[in-house]
Amino acid sequence: MALLEVSNLVAGYGETEILHGVSISVDEGEIVTIIGPNGCGKSTLMKAVVGLVDVRSGRVTFSGADVSALPPQRIARSGLCYVPQTDNVFPSLTIRENLEMGAFVRNDDFSERMDEMFDMFPDLGSRPSLRAGSLSGGQRQMLAIARALMLDPVLLLLDEPSAGLSPGMVGSVFERIRGINRAGVSLLLVEQNARQALSMSDRGYVLSSGENRLEDEGQALLDNAEVARLYLGGSRDRTESDSPK
Amino acid sequence: MTALRTAIRRISLSWTAWHTTAIIVFGAFALGLLPFVKMGLVVNGAILGAIIAVGAIGLTLIYGILNFANIAHGDYMTMGAYLTLFIVGGALSALGMEAQGFGPFTFGYPTLIALPIAVALVAAGAIALDVAIYRRLRDRGVSAVVLAMASLGVAIALRGLVQIVWSGDAQHLPRQSKPVFHLPMDVRVPPDAIFVALVALALVSAVYLTLTRAKMGKAMRATADNPQLALVSGIDTQRVIWWTWGMGAALAATAGILLAVFQAQMLPSMGWRFLIPLFAAAILGGIGSPYGALVGAFVIGVASEVSTQWINPSYKPAVAFGILIVMLLARPRGIFGSSG
Ligand SMILES: Nc1ncnc2c1ncn2[C@@H]1O[C@H](COP(=O)(O)OP(=O)(O)OP(=O)(O)O)[C@@H](O)[C@H]1O
Ligand SMILES: [Mg+2]
Repeated sequence: MALLEVSNLVAGYGETEILHGVSISVDEGEIVTIIGPNGCGKSTLMKAVVGLVDVRSGRVTFSGADVSALPPQRIARSGLCYVPQTDNVFPSLTIRENLEMGAFVRNDDFSERMDEMFDMFPDLGSRPSLRAGSLSGGQRQMLAIARALMLDPVLLLLDEPSAGLSPGMVGSVFERIRGINRAGVSLLLVEQNARQALSMSDRGYVLSSGENRLEDEGQALLDNAEVARLYLGGSRDRTESDSPK
Repeated sequence: MTALRTAIRRISLSWTAWHTTAIIVFGAFALGLLPFVKMGLVVNGAILGAIIAVGAIGLTLIYGILNFANIAHGDYMTMGAYLTLFIVGGALSALGMEAQGFGPFTFGYPTLIALPIAVALVAAGAIALDVAIYRRLRDRGVSAVVLAMASLGVAIALRGLVQIVWSGDAQHLPRQSKPVFHLPMDVRVPPDAIFVALVALALVSAVYLTLTRAKMGKAMRATADNPQLALVSGIDTQRVIWWTWGMGAALAATAGILLAVFQAQMLPSMGWRFLIPLFAAAILGGIGSPYGALVGAFVIGVASEVSTQWINPSYKPAVAFGILIVMLLARPRGIFGSSG
């Protein structure tokens, strides 16, 4: 049984339906990447999984339990943590306070976990009382990921972790993501840097207009001529041209 | 030239909220040194500012965390004052506690016993109102204006209730007159003003410590920053909202009691008429910023008190309003307002 199983998910905002029956799954230990054109509903899919957007029909099961109707804070407590695409830190809180908020539901002593985060992201550890709002884009992204890791998640959802970063920074973020996965966390990614993301993924999905388009192993999607033409662009490196603001 | 430029740059970088505050506070007392401004008015204004601050910090917290302009905030103040009167005159006097003139103060220790009880009742009432009215509206996704209008309804209802139960006449806590302290520069400080200032100082410090040290206080700031991120971090934002109401209403109720003590009387409209200074202080400092509300309250308190040297005291709210308008034109985000 898959760790995360999304089947025939229908969701949207107000009157508009954005996802018209999307199905994806993530197995234990996997890195799975979702790619697709802008506005096709990748972020909406993640928000529906974590409970920020209502599931209108279909099912989301996590570790075998139906979480489709659970509120976000309950889903987070069950070990499914999420880093949004934008606004993913608390800007007026310090680095340390951001991590404390990530561990809000823990009643044990989480200082060890915090030290691990500071080891993994030395930029954060060097000045823990800096306000998150004053961090650079890359440091913010690191903090956002560290915040989500404070609960020791089983599955981590990352929405475009490399968006808006310099090419050098993108490489370093991907390196950390790989490390997180090696430490035993399953990962579901949405990425614009499709080539880099797919090359480290076990499997990938191509979404288009709120529907499943393709599903295959990461390498196979990279080799797929249609995917290459539509989503990977002509050039080898799309990090500069593709990062949205 | 470059040296000058780097010097200016260095000063502007190290410029903090503390500098602004220091300048405002020193400025106010320097004002009192001018031959045509009475120092007594500045001191009086600072004490009035302390009361405004206690109310305005609650108002700004509720606004920042719930995105809710609580029009009933002044009437929570009124409730605090009248409930204290009720407890002192009812339950406590029935128990034979009728003392007045506690230490140097005009009121007796029964008022000190009644104060926390009244504050707790108002806080519980505010949470109950959230459950009964505001939460339902929020769950339906209504706009901030509809929420403000709902709280206007609550404000009118509370004021009516006070008028029905205690009549519209002025009332006061049992009191005994006490000598006024005479300070240099013809400053006369009533002893109760010292009590007001001490309580306000204690509460402001308590709010500061809660927001920076307590887990729930940090969760409040996190929710104010980004409610969705708070939710996905596992924070139960409904609980945060109730704590915010509890804290905000407790501060309001205390401000109401302090006002009743300071003015030596209470009226059903006392809180309602305090609403303009409260909002002016909160907006002046940058709405959503507790620290800003503190500084804003000081400015509004001193300015409206000093203005009475030249204009009729009944225009005090107009002075607060005038400052507010000038501020909004010059710097819409307020003194300490953040961008965005
Ligand atoms: N809060 C919202 N309210 C209404 N519509 C929204 C909201 N958020 C997104 N949408 C719309 O839903 C559609 C899908 O948005 P979504 O953010 O899921 O796309 P995406 O695939 O993540 O795009 P991108 O690659 O730009 O991040 C878009 O048409 C968008 O305009
Ligand atoms: Mg997106």
